[in-house]
Amino acid sequence: MKLTGAQIFFECLKREGVDVIFGYPGGAVLDIYHEMSNHNIKHILVRHEQGAAHAADGYARASGKVGVCLVTSGPGATNTVTGIATAYMDSVPMVVFTGQVPTHLIGNDAFQEVDITGITRPCTKHNYLVKDVRDLARVIREAFYLARSGRPGPVLVDLPKNVIQAVTNFVYPETVNLRGYRPTIEPHKGQVKRAAQAIRKAKRPVIYAGGGVIHSGASEELRKLAEILQIPVTTTLMGLGGFPATLKKGTKEFHPLWMGMLGMHGTYCANMAVSNCDLLFAIGARFDDRVTGKVEAFAPNATIIHIDVDPTSISKNVIVDIPIVGDCKRTLQYLISLFEEEPIHELKEKRRSWLEQIDEWKRAHPLTYKQEGNVIKPQFVVEKLYELSKGDAVITTEVGQNQMWTAQFYHFNEPRTLITSGGLGTMGYGFPAAIGAQVARPDKLVIDIAGDGSIQMNIQELVTAVCNELPVKIAILNNGYLGMVRQWQELFYNKNYCQTCLSASPDFVKLAEAYGAVGLKAVTPEEVEPVIKRALETPKTVIMEFVVDKEEGVYPMVPAGKPINEMLLV
Amino acid sequence: MSSNGPNENNQRHTIGVLVENQPGVLARVAGLFSGRGFNIESLTVAETNEPGMSRITLVTTGDQHIVEQIIKQLNKLINVIKVIEFRNMEFVEREMALIKVKAEKQSRAEILRIVDIFRAKVVDVSPYSYIIEVTGDEGKISAILELLNQFGILELARTGKAAMARGKKEYGKKGLPHKIVTREQETVDE
Repeated sequence: MKLTGAQIFFECLKREGVDVIFGYPGGAVLDIYHEMSNHNIKHILVRHEQGAAHAADGYARASGKVGVCLVTSGPGATNTVTGIATAYMDSVPMVVFTGQVPTHLIGNDAFQEVDITGITRPCTKHNYLVKDVRDLARVIREAFYLARSGRPGPVLVDLPKNVIQAVTNFVYPETVNLRGYRPTIEPHKGQVKRAAQAIRKAKRPVIYAGGGVIHSGASEELRKLAEILQIPVTTTLMGLGGFPATLKKGTKEFHPLWMGMLGMHGTYCANMAVSNCDLLFAIGARFDDRVTGKVEAFAPNATIIHIDVDPTSISKNVIVDIPIVGDCKRTLQYLISLFEEEPIHELKEKRRSWLEQIDEWKRAHPLTYKQEGNVIKPQFVVEKLYELSKGDAVITTEVGQNQMWTAQFYHFNEPRTLITSGGLGTMGYGFPAAIGAQVARPDKLVIDIAGDGSIQMNIQELVTAVCNELPVKIAILNNGYLGMVRQWQELFYNKNYCQTCLSASPDFVKLAEAYGAVGLKAVTPEEVEPVIKRALETPKTVIMEFVVDKEEGVYPMVPAGKPINEMLLV
Repeated sequence: MSSNGPNENNQRHTIGVLVENQPGVLARVAGLFSGRGFNIESLTVAETNEPGMSRITLVTTGDQHIVEQIIKQLNKLINVIKVIEFRNMEFVEREMALIKVKAEKQSRAEILRIVDIFRAKVVDVSPYSYIIEVTGDEGKISAILELLNQFGILELARTGKAAMARGKKEYGKKGLPHKIVTREQETVDE
C-alpha cells in the first residue's frame, strides 16, 4: 500500500489508539493538516503551542494514555519546549510532533528552521529527526512505545516537510526492537524479600510514596499494603491521590494512616514521622530537594527501601539501603503476597505506640487557618471547592501558593485527580492542562485552582475552552501578588517586595466575558459559596475570581536547605 | 551528598560505552556530561566490528558516587547498548600520540634514540622536524613527551584512550545480560 508520509502519520496514530491531537498548524506541517479531514481524529486548536503541550500533558495525566501534540517548525517547536520539560520532570507520556524544513534545507538557517532535536535532547526521554519516509512508521511506533513504557516521558519526533510529502509502502511494524532499551519491570525477588525482612523488623515504619504509584496504577496495592501492615503513609505532591486521604469523598473523615504531604510545605506530622522513623519505604518517589530539605538530616535513623522503575533515581540524592528496580505495582503485589503468606505477628501490639505518636503529631499541629473578618482566606476557598465538589473533581493547579493550598486543603482519594506541575514548577500549566483533562474526562468536573499571576501566563487558551465547549472552571485566588515569591521575600529578603506586586490585573470577569466565558467574582467570605455553586451549575467555561487576603502565607514551611523537622508553623 | 567540585576522593575512571551508530548519539553522551557539570578528560569513538554499533571510550574524574550516577545515566540513554566501567577488573588501555618535534642537526640522533627506546616510530621527516608516532598507556606517553620537551614540541595530537577488558568476555553481543541491571542488583544473590 503506497501512502504519503502524512497518511502514514495518521495510520500510525490510529493504530496507537490516538483519538485527539492538540495542535497548531503552520507551513511545515500543512501536508498533515491537509490530510487530517480524511481521518477520524479530533484536533483541538490551541492559541499558543505551549498550551498544546500542556493540554496534551493534562490529557495524559488525566487518562493514563499518551498525549499527542502537533506543531509547526521553528517557533512552533520552541514554544512547546516548556511543556516538554514539564512533562519530562513529572514523567508524563507524551509524543510531540514538530514540523521541520525540508531535509535539503536543514542546517541552512532556512525560514522557521530550528534544531529542535538538539534543543530538546536534555528534556525528552528520546527524540528523532526522521530523514526518510521509510523510517516514519517505525519511528512513530518506537516513540509511543518509549513514551509509555518504563519510566514514562515525552518523546519528540521532528518531521521534515519533504518526508511528510514523500510516498512509500506503508508497513506498520509488529514489534519494537530497541537494543539499548529494556526497562526492568519485574523486581529482583531477593531484594523484595530483603525489603520484607526489614519491614518485619521495623518499629517505626513510614511509607513515602510518589508519582510512580500513579503512573504504574499501584494505588490499590499501596492502600492494601499500608493497611495490612498498619504503616502510616505520606506522599509527595505528585503522589497525592495515590493513597485515599479520606474514608469518604468530600468529607474530612481522614484515613487513619494518612499523614498528608511531606516536604517544604508538608504537614507537621508527615515531616516529624519521616524524621523519626526507623524504616522509610520510598515507593516511586525520587527524593527531590523540596521533599528532603537538608539531605543529611532526612530520615537520619532509618533503613531506606526504595522501589523505582528508573535506576538513576536510586541513591541519587540519598543513599538507599535496599534498592529495588522495578514497576511499583508488580513489586507491591509481590510484597503483599509475601505478607499474606506470613503475616506479622501481633501487629496491633507492635504498632500501637508508633501510631499513637503519629496521632499525637497530627493533633499537635494540624493544617490550619482562621477565616475571620471580612477578607477571604484563600484556604477557605479551596476548602469550599472541596466541599461543594464533594471531593469528586479533577483538580489542576498553577504553581505557587495556589498549588500548595490545593495540596493541603483539597483531599484527594483517587489517582489522576490532581494534575500539577511538580518537578519543573511551570506557572501557566494548570489551565491548558485542565483543558486536556476535560477532553480526557468529559464526564468529570475539572477545576483549575489558579493564582492571579500564573493564570495570565496562558490566559489565551480561554477561547480554546470556550469554542470546544469545555466547561472547565477556573478559580483564581487573587491576592494581587506573586504570592509564593512574595512569601520568600517576606521571610528571607527583609520584606523587600521587589516586582512581586501585581498592582494592575485585568478585570477577570470582563475578561471571561470578552472570551465568551462566564465571569464571577467574590469579595467577601459570604460570597464564596454562592459563587462556587453558581459556577458548578453553569455548563460552560467559568472564571471565578476570589479576592483574597494579600499577605496570607503557606505554612508549615521548611526553609530551603533546612532539615524537614525544622518547620515554620503558623 | 554529591558535589562536582574537587574532592579528595576524585579519581579517574575509564568508561566504555557501546552505542547504536545513530545520528546525534555522541551529542547525547557528551550532553549528559555537560548538562550535569561532569568533565570529560578524553573521548574516542569509532565503529566496532559489528555494523551499526560504535564504541566510545571516555575518561572522566569524580568520586565513586558521581561515577555511578554517570553510568546509570548513560545506561538510560536509548541508543546506549552497554556501559562498561573499567574498575575492579583487568583491562588494557592504550593511547596513540602524534608528536611533531623540532629536530635540529645536533639533536636528530638523540631524538631517534629516544624514539627507539620507546618503540615509537618516525612517520614524517622534514629538515627541521620529525613527526613521531607513539602508542602506549598514559605513563608511557607522558614519559616520552617529557623527554622530547627539551627539543621543542611543535604540535601534539593525542587520540585519547581506548580500553578493553582482558580475557574472554565479550560485550555488546545479543543475548548477553541486558543493560539495565544496576550494580546493587548484580551483587545480590537470592
